Amino acid sequence: MPGQVQSIARAAAILRLLASSSGRLGIGEIARSLDLAKGTAHGIVRTLQDVGFVEQDKTSGKYQLGAALLHLGTSYLDVNELRSRSINWADPLAARSGEAVRIGTLLDGKVLVVHHVFRPDDTLQTLDVGSLLPPHATALGKVLLAYDVGAANAVMQGEPEPYTRRTLVTARTLSRALTAIRDNGWAAEIEEMTLGEAGIAAPIRGYGGLVVGAIGLSGPVDRVCDAQRHPRPTLVAYVRDAARAVSRDLGAARW
Amino acid sequence: MTDSYVVSIDQGTTSTRCIVFDRRGNLVSVAQREHQQHFPRPGWVEHDALEIWRNVGKVVPRALAQAGIVAGQVAAIGIANQRESTVVWDRRTGVPVAPAIIWQDTRTDTLVETLARAPGAEDLRQHCGLPLATYFSGPKLRWLLDHTPGLYERAERGEVLFGTMESWLIWNLTGGPDGGLHLTDVTNASRTMLMDLRALGWHPDSLAFFGIPAAMLPEIRSSSEVYGTATAVLPGVRIAAALGDQQAALFGQTCFAPGDAKCTYGTGSFLLLNTGTEPVHSSHGLLTTVGYQIGGQPAVYALEGSIAITGSLVQWFRDRLELISSAPEIETLARTVDDNGGCYIVPAFSGLFAPHWRSEARGVIVGLTSYITKGHLARAVLEATGWQTREVVDAMNADSGLELTALRVDGGMTANNLLMQFVADVVAVPVVRPMVAETVSLGAAYAAGLAVGYWPDLEGLRSNWHLAARWVPKMDNAVRAEERENWQRAVERTFGWIKPEARAANE
Repeated sequence: MPGQVQSIARAAAILRLLASSSGRLGIGEIARSLDLAKGTAHGIVRTLQDVGFVEQDKTSGKYQLGAALLHLGTSYLDVNELRSRSINWADPLAARSGEAVRIGTLLDGKVLVVHHVFRPDDTLQTLDVGSLLPPHATALGKVLLAYDVGAANAVMQGEPEPYTRRTLVTARTLSRALTAIRDNGWAAEIEEMTLGEAGIAAPIRGYGGLVVGAIGLSGPVDRVCDAQRHPRPTLVAYVRDAARAVSRDLGAARW
Repeated sequence: MTDSYVVSIDQGTTSTRCIVFDRRGNLVSVAQREHQQHFPRPGWVEHDALEIWRNVGKVVPRALAQAGIVAGQVAAIGIANQRESTVVWDRRTGVPVAPAIIWQDTRTDTLVETLARAPGAEDLRQHCGLPLATYFSGPKLRWLLDHTPGLYERAERGEVLFGTMESWLIWNLTGGPDGGLHLTDVTNASRTMLMDLRALGWHPDSLAFFGIPAAMLPEIRSSSEVYGTATAVLPGVRIAAALGDQQAALFGQTCFAPGDAKCTYGTGSFLLLNTGTEPVHSSHGLLTTVGYQIGGQPAVYALEGSIAITGSLVQWFRDRLELISSAPEIETLARTVDDNGGCYIVPAFSGLFAPHWRSEARGVIVGLTSYITKGHLARAVLEATGWQTREVVDAMNADSGLELTALRVDGGMTANNLLMQFVADVVAVPVVRPMVAETVSLGAAYAAGLAVGYWPDLEGLRSNWHLAARWVPKMDNAVRAEERENWQRAVERTFGWIKPEARAANE
């Protein structure tokens, strides 16, 4: 059995201490209570603050449990915040790729479109923010399922709808596809939802690497894929770059 | 040849950011840093200009590092800035003589009333295109001269310099006390009330009216030309553009033809309409301003509808009421209810700007009942931005004699889907967002790139504009009419709140 990770044990102790305290605590008080060096306590508290588990009072500089702890079971990143933080990277992805871009998160087993950038050809297109997509038949959805075991099991235990004859509908094919997505770090959909349409998507990660959404492009098969019907490597690279850029922003200091 | 890029510095009201753009006008990297807002008294808003300058020194290297480029790959720097905010600093030490007075600051309200009765006040608007209001730099500068002992004499001797933020940054970027260039551009100068709109020079009558020594004023230049070479932050790189942020957004949206208009949603919101090479005077509460001037070409003018408080109402909701923890959460909260529940918020925090121009107005929340939840308040916050947009669009249509057929939008609040749909609903035309929402920065980059030949011409820039999103009106006409009337009644309740004697006591 692997040994205990000391800093995690200490972080847990700090959370317990803050939870049982009647008021906010300063770094000195935390360090004394747990017999830690002040610098050590400070490092752990700062990290807990970064992930939202601990909050610092602006005036006193003392610490208390953070609001994020209360919402541990629910989605920790607000979808409107996800849109707001990704808008600067979704635009260049659409501009570079020449295709429409969408960002999605899982909501009750479906993919909720939280952001949509039109294909940059100035043709008439309809904004579909707020619409729901089937997770098993879209690149966005498959990325989200690949990093959410519970949601993936729920889809596989249900009866995934066959939109085309290429839609992955069996647990075996879907499970194999999700493994490949985790290995590659991106997903593709080729005529699995709509004939003639293809898409590429990659995961958006928040703090600690948690997947909070997916960003992807979609368009006609002959533009998204090469002659062998493989997604074009340049487009895959654009999607992954955009996903990394948003992830970097989400992992940085809170806005 | 290695790729080259254009860097823009957007010195805004709440933050300073640096964005690196590539040749196709795509955003390559962005770095941002907020600065402190100081509210020392009701109605006062101040910034520390030195903090802002330090932030420039932090965000520019960070943006370059993120893009993986070095200063040698930067073709030019363009600057966009919060407008009207007034800095006066010591020419020898580079230290500001007082905190910067920010555009939202209303400390000059009694001064403005006194000035309005002074001889020459009627002619002012003809020269400068602006109504006498606390918003503009001229009254703020006069206030500083009146309230800082010895400042007037030092200004006369040329020992202290006046500038809006772009002047302050360019002076510091080009050496500061050690040979820094003291200049401004036509768009920023057009917000001082001191510039002759047609001649594009400081107007002697206006200087006399406000009692401002010419020796402290920067030289007025075009918005797009090489002003000089930076010696600090990005040494060796040419500084090739400066525009007020709203004019920069007009440029970034490629509104180059008369009749083109855009609305930028930031701290405040600003609708600008290109009126070509002739200034158009408004009879519906809009401002006449310079849109841009490229090198030696004739200046292009604009009509402007300025709304003081839009995004900053959301910030107030976040920071002062603490009902949300981040600005985008306002949309989540607003979606917990279906409508405003009869509640309206009119954010006349700094009085009301266009089209009302009521300095004595203050904010109200009306229609409160036990039914109202924080969700309704969140809706009312967003709807205030929608209705204020509608008011300036109506004024714009009346002044220009044209009917707006679509509204081009940009700025941070365009990420708010509920708000953009509401704007489309109440303005009753489609709302369209371009591929680059950061049009303020993009406009400064375009103007700088144009000056150094990085981009060949306006036509090339226009082909970079692509539609990214479009919201179409869905609101029922009867609902719109009813809600509009409610909004108008709420606005009337803000009028006349500050009593004249209270203002005098504050002075």
